[in-house]
Amino acid sequence: MSAPLQINPNVKNIQQVQNEKLARLAEQIKEDIRRGSIKSFKEVIDVSWGNPHNGGLKPQTFVRQVLAACVYPELLDSEQLEADVKQRAQKLLMCVGGSIGSYTNTAGIPEVVQGITEFISRRDGGVPCHPENIFISSGSQWCLSNILRVLVNTKALLPTAVLSPVPCHPTMMLSLTAEGVIPVPYHLCEEEGWALKGEELQRALQSAHGVCNPVALYVINPGNPAGLVQSRASIQEIIRFVYERRLFLLADEVYQDCVCGADSQFISYKQVLVEMGPPYSDSVELASFHSASKGMMGECGLRGGYVELVNVDPAVMEYIYMLFSMDICASLSGQMAIDLMTNPPQPDEPSYPLYWQEKEEIRRTLVHNARKAIEAVNLLVGFSCQPVHGGAFMFPRVNLPLRAIQSAQEAGLPPDMFYCMRLLEEVGLLVSPGCDYQQEKGTYHIRICIMVQEEILDELLRRLKIFHTKFMKEFS
Amino acid sequence: RLPILHVRGETKMSQQAANGDRCRAKVLTVETMNPNVKRVEYAVRGPIVQRAVQLEKELKQGAKKPFTEVIKANIGDAHAMGQKPITFFRQVLALCAYPALLEEEKFPEDAKQRARRILAACGGHSIGAYSASQGIECIRQDVSRYIEKRDGGIPSNPDNIYLSTGASDAIVTMLKLLVCGEGRQRTGVMISIPQYPLYSAALADLAAVQINYYLDEDKSWSLDVAELRRSLNAAREHCNPRVLCIINPGNPTGQVQSRQCIEDVIRFAKEERLFLMADEVYQDNVYAEGCKFHSFKKVLFEMGPEYSSTVEMASFHSTSKCFMGECGFRGGYMEVINMDPAVKAQLIKLVSVRLCPPVPGQALMDLVVNPPQPDEPSYTTFVKEKTAVLAALAEKASITEQAFNTMPGFTCNPVQGAMYTFPRISIPQKAIDKAKELGQVPDMFYCMKLLEEEGICLVPGSGFGQRDGTFHFRMTILPPTEKLKIVLQRIKDFHLRFTQEFS
Repeated sequence: MSAPLQINPNVKNIQQVQNEKLARLAEQIKEDIRRGSIKSFKEVIDVSWGNPHNGGLKPQTFVRQVLAACVYPELLDSEQLEADVKQRAQKLLMCVGGSIGSYTNTAGIPEVVQGITEFISRRDGGVPCHPENIFISSGSQWCLSNILRVLVNTKALLPTAVLSPVPCHPTMMLSLTAEGVIPVPYHLCEEEGWALKGEELQRALQSAHGVCNPVALYVINPGNPAGLVQSRASIQEIIRFVYERRLFLLADEVYQDCVCGADSQFISYKQVLVEMGPPYSDSVELASFHSASKGMMGECGLRGGYVELVNVDPAVMEYIYMLFSMDICASLSGQMAIDLMTNPPQPDEPSYPLYWQEKEEIRRTLVHNARKAIEAVNLLVGFSCQPVHGGAFMFPRVNLPLRAIQSAQEAGLPPDMFYCMRLLEEVGLLVSPGCDYQQEKGTYHIRICIMVQEEILDELLRRLKIFHTKFMKEFS
Repeated sequence: RLPILHVRGETKMSQQAANGDRCRAKVLTVETMNPNVKRVEYAVRGPIVQRAVQLEKELKQGAKKPFTEVIKANIGDAHAMGQKPITFFRQVLALCAYPALLEEEKFPEDAKQRARRILAACGGHSIGAYSASQGIECIRQDVSRYIEKRDGGIPSNPDNIYLSTGASDAIVTMLKLLVCGEGRQRTGVMISIPQYPLYSAALADLAAVQINYYLDEDKSWSLDVAELRRSLNAAREHCNPRVLCIINPGNPTGQVQSRQCIEDVIRFAKEERLFLMADEVYQDNVYAEGCKFHSFKKVLFEMGPEYSSTVEMASFHSTSKCFMGECGFRGGYMEVINMDPAVKAQLIKLVSVRLCPPVPGQALMDLVVNPPQPDEPSYTTFVKEKTAVLAALAEKASITEQAFNTMPGFTCNPVQGAMYTFPRISIPQKAIDKAKELGQVPDMFYCMKLLEEEGICLVPGSGFGQRDGTFHFRMTILPPTEKLKIVLQRIKDFHLRFTQEFS
């Protein structure tokens, strides 16, 4: 019946993510500690996912107050809540007919969608944005899966493919494989801060010739796990590339609020596209993704994300709408999170000072962490880490000694997974191994989320140093 | 929606487009897109609903119509129709959203205790942290305990519980997992006619083979194993039938299957080696005398080890229906029974693609399965509210069914459960011809006219499947009682006019 043979081959093809094994091991270790087992650490530090609240960062007070008031409108009579909190909650409640227990329109609450268009327009220096081009769903990856599904061209002779970066976060790989799409890797240049090179894109595209049918280019800006933030010139290069090669452009911009490099600035693909003018601006098909999970809000658990579609064929838009309607609508918690992200308190509103303070504190933490973590890791022998200009992670390369690689092979593990397992077992630090991200063959990396409380960063760096020194000694 | 990109307030089209020259071909067109997606239809959100939304917009802008509001009786959204949320649930969720409220006196102790427990299970004590993809462990444990209690002590393993973004997410995930094979070996999935169109949409999207088995309208939409057998045998000619989906209580039909029927279905699934998908989201919505919800799992285990250790099954539940009606929270779960561990390993990969279900929805599910107990302060209010909601639904089910059965041109089966009526309507031949002229299915033509003339949005039966030559529509029983009566009267009047117009 449902023996392994009779399973959707796309699902079977999904690579087992090593991180899952580490997560299970971490649970086991936590259980052991609960039962009184003595270890060199009291708790496991988990920086394997981009999960800011898990790393001790606090949610924004304004967001949570509005959410609570929407959930339990009796709070609207409370003296504890500021006027703007109540106003916002009341407005949202009115938009949904009085209860956040209702379904909404397929693409999202119309007023929230309108707010998104205004946010995008403000962000992009006035470039207009149309509500019909926006779809909200329960996470940006959900939007991405839907767009990928539409892009799959089963009628073409060759299987559908998408150019995707190396390194790339595993969820994208999962999504591609689940939809039966083949990833065509293009390598980011580690030595140059993970830069995206035109020649490398050309090479990648060339490699697909006769093998698969690339229909899209997927870029992550700011990067994950790579900490790059693309310059305007780089974005223009990509746009020209997709125009000339006739590729759909998928721009994952969920970390657009996480820019920590002093000289870096986020500029959206949409803005650059429009400013390049015709023929690019009216023909390049673009899907830009954003999320409430990242940035200064970090509300991963509320599951809110959206996609903006540009220059997509109107007939296809009808079908995209149909796909999103199968999900009925995004979770209300996610839609509210998106609304509060795109429409934060204004300077003349009572919640503004606290909002500003909280936001800036998190931003300062990110900038501080990026600098401190890179410095600390680069001091460890065998580690080299590119600067983190944006995103929530560092992705240092670790030159593992030959004996460590051999031990890993004997244990049947990818070398960086071997390193990560030992790291977890010996010092209680859970990071994710580079093998989950695709990486240049023969190189090994670990990914660490740096959007965490400073104390947690200090502690994790301390543990990493102790472990790494010992590990290198053992295997050199 | 035109592919015009406005630049700084000006409308700017490229010269080519303006001249009507053949524009540069797009990468993503109707020809190059996924052909499966083109076959997807989801009537509950389809063209009639889009028209209803348009009409609402026009009303808002001051347009004059024969009605002052559009009544959306098309979707099972209880709160949208005025049903109140359960106070206890909203209190706990507010406490989880903004834990500073834990200091407030106004919240009862049992609500605070639940909130603290949920928060303790969240990363960083925040519902804003990702949870494990399968869902928060202590919530899965609570779901297991609820299932055990519901099913008279039959064990439930938390490892077999997968929290999801509404039941729909879990249903689509299971179908995605199971559909494989090429040509004559392509997976066939049996679904009831009429059915909730998520199933047909998902099957179209996956290019699975849809195998229809007809519920018997003359026998209160009951399921007959002979019909299952007929449909399966016919299907074996052209596909590999592997899955049997059943919705109990039914949607759109509202029938509550008898225990005997459930046993028959399980026996059939075992004989024919089918994976059973039991959609039980309406399990608390049972109204009719003599009807009772029997969970597939319970019946399976009571049939003894020959069945309980072999039949592979997934049962689905949701926070959107029953007495909670919390559609917007997108909470749900599935319990898998007798699934091969190797298959479970595949399932978890698929579930990881979504990262995790919304944590507020997970928290809500925890409260649904772990409601106030008799010795707790919130118990009395909770029971009062729950009883009131279910009683109101039962009353409305009865009113609606009776009303339709006294209207000329309608026959309506008893609404034994769920949230809908699915009356059969007689459409005059002239109307059928007119519909054909317009390229519309007759019941869509009927419902569109009803929408335009009365502002009442229903979903035509063609969206759910029905026997050839019969016409139905699905209407929810959710509007407040007084409004419901008005709606029923207006449908009656409309039908009379319609019949006269096309006689």
